[in-house]
Amino acid sequence: MVKKGEWVRIHKVILEAEQRTGKLPEDTKNVPLEMWTKGYLLADAEIGDEVEIESVNGRHETGTLIEVNPYYEHDFGTCIPELLAIDKQVREIVFGGEK
Amino acid sequence: MAKLPQDYDSVMSRKQEVMKAAIGIDYSQFESGSMAFDYEKMMRETGYTLEEMQKIQYSVNVGNTPILELRNLTALARACAPEGKGARIFVKDEAANPSGSFKARRAANAVYHAKKLGYKGVIAATSGNYGAAVASQAAIAGLKCIIVQECYDSKGVGQPEIIEKARKCEALGAEVVQLTVGPELFYKFILLLEETGYFNASLYTPFGIAGVETLGYEISMQFREKYGKDPDVVVCTNAGGGNLTGTARGLIKAGAKETKVIGASIDLSGLHMASDKAFNLKSCTTGHTGFGVPYAVDPDHSDVPRSAARPLRYMDRYVTITQGDVFYITECLATLEGLEKGPAGNTSLAAAFALAQEMDQDQMIVVQETEYTGAGKHVQPQLSFARENGIEVRLGDPKDEVPGKSVIIPEHPSLIKATDMDLDRQKKSLIKGNLKKYTMNPTEDDYKYLAEETKKDVEWVKKAVEEIKAAL
Repeated sequence: MVKKGEWVRIHKVILEAEQRTGKLPEDTKNVPLEMWTKGYLLADAEIGDEVEIESVNGRHETGTLIEVNPYYEHDFGTCIPELLAIDKQVREIVFGGEK
Repeated sequence: MAKLPQDYDSVMSRKQEVMKAAIGIDYSQFESGSMAFDYEKMMRETGYTLEEMQKIQYSVNVGNTPILELRNLTALARACAPEGKGARIFVKDEAANPSGSFKARRAANAVYHAKKLGYKGVIAATSGNYGAAVASQAAIAGLKCIIVQECYDSKGVGQPEIIEKARKCEALGAEVVQLTVGPELFYKFILLLEETGYFNASLYTPFGIAGVETLGYEISMQFREKYGKDPDVVVCTNAGGGNLTGTARGLIKAGAKETKVIGASIDLSGLHMASDKAFNLKSCTTGHTGFGVPYAVDPDHSDVPRSAARPLRYMDRYVTITQGDVFYITECLATLEGLEKGPAGNTSLAAAFALAQEMDQDQMIVVQETEYTGAGKHVQPQLSFARENGIEVRLGDPKDEVPGKSVIIPEHPSLIKATDMDLDRQKKSLIKGNLKKYTMNPTEDDYKYLAEETKKDVEWVKKAVEEIKAAL
């Protein structure tokens, strides 16, 4: 169970696919407009429940509870050998390689 | 009070009144009733003087960023250039601003204005550096802040660069509302403005754009002090147009009339900007033609009735470069100059690298911004993300790059070329848009206005109008 007062992330559909506006490419028109945001849980709940949260600004939003103590996982990516090739090449051009 | 209807059509029908309350400007006072509106009056009466802006910005540690000469990158350009060619390349290190980009200048003014008018908080719709800038300035001013981002595709996958920007906004105390792809972001944006009564810290208000004037002004002053003259060329990455507009206005205010202003965008032609599938096939999130071209030819399709960002008024040339070029130059900046900066700010640097090779060695070309870098917002995660999404990443000739299909990293720096866009065509497109939106029979004031909008004379505009009418 997730306790009231915990910092959580919620998900919500803002517009269903059929509620979307006309001037959109087909691939976008066929999917809903979704939202994610974070805040303090206002009542005990389980992951997957419809809940209400209070944001850092004191604003209330409702949505499906998806994560407790959410955190970021983005990183510096995997190795791109082509970048090493650039380093070697331009250093040689500018400084004449290893001398 | 009964809650107003929340459905899409009802909310959008309240757009005008909500926006007026959220920005505190009555735009109608600048309108002529036809296509012409008084841009300079709008800038004068709702903006701030240069002196006031400097005072506001310096009081929150924004501006006065250093100019760095890139001697090794210049040497590399000269190695690729014809004999005697290869101008000295400089950057204005805007990453030194509190939020890590020049956007702090726009945000400083917007937040100052919001606080002065008594708003409790600010909201901005942006997936870019502007979010962090508004969050940073709101933190300093003690105002609340909401950033609304277009962040994910329908599978919930986000561009690493945008996710990093969300992290930074939160780190600076903002509430971040993340959405999937689509222009209906505006619907949620209006709902939030209505619910909170916060100020719309739009990127396109007169005070936001005027905030960038200090950047152009500083460039001129710094060059005069250090090198005894204005730079020959200033290159601006062009997306929504505010960066170029503000910088050019600042240069004019400094009296740097001989300095050419060149816009640069990454060529993303062929990728639809509102497409869910194409969203993660872009290997850059800003500074590309998907924003640059539509905002240049139709500035007023932004989130304010009349945008203060009007780049076609100021641009001397508009060039494109490729995603591969930008990644290459970003790597060069690190390995040759010891400067690790975010790729988006290096769009104009890649263009400057090519443009410098057209110029004489005693000339000076300035890239007017850098941006911060970090996890997600770095060459490596962006290129690995491209590979994960099926984009071909390889060394080769960048002219073979197909946006959404490949990122071709130049196999030699001499392959980096700036491609000129047909500015006259864009100017005619702006005129055509005005004819369709307002009247097919412009008044003399309208012609004068269109001449200012396109940096042309009235005769040229009249001829263009006849051409457009004949073709319709």
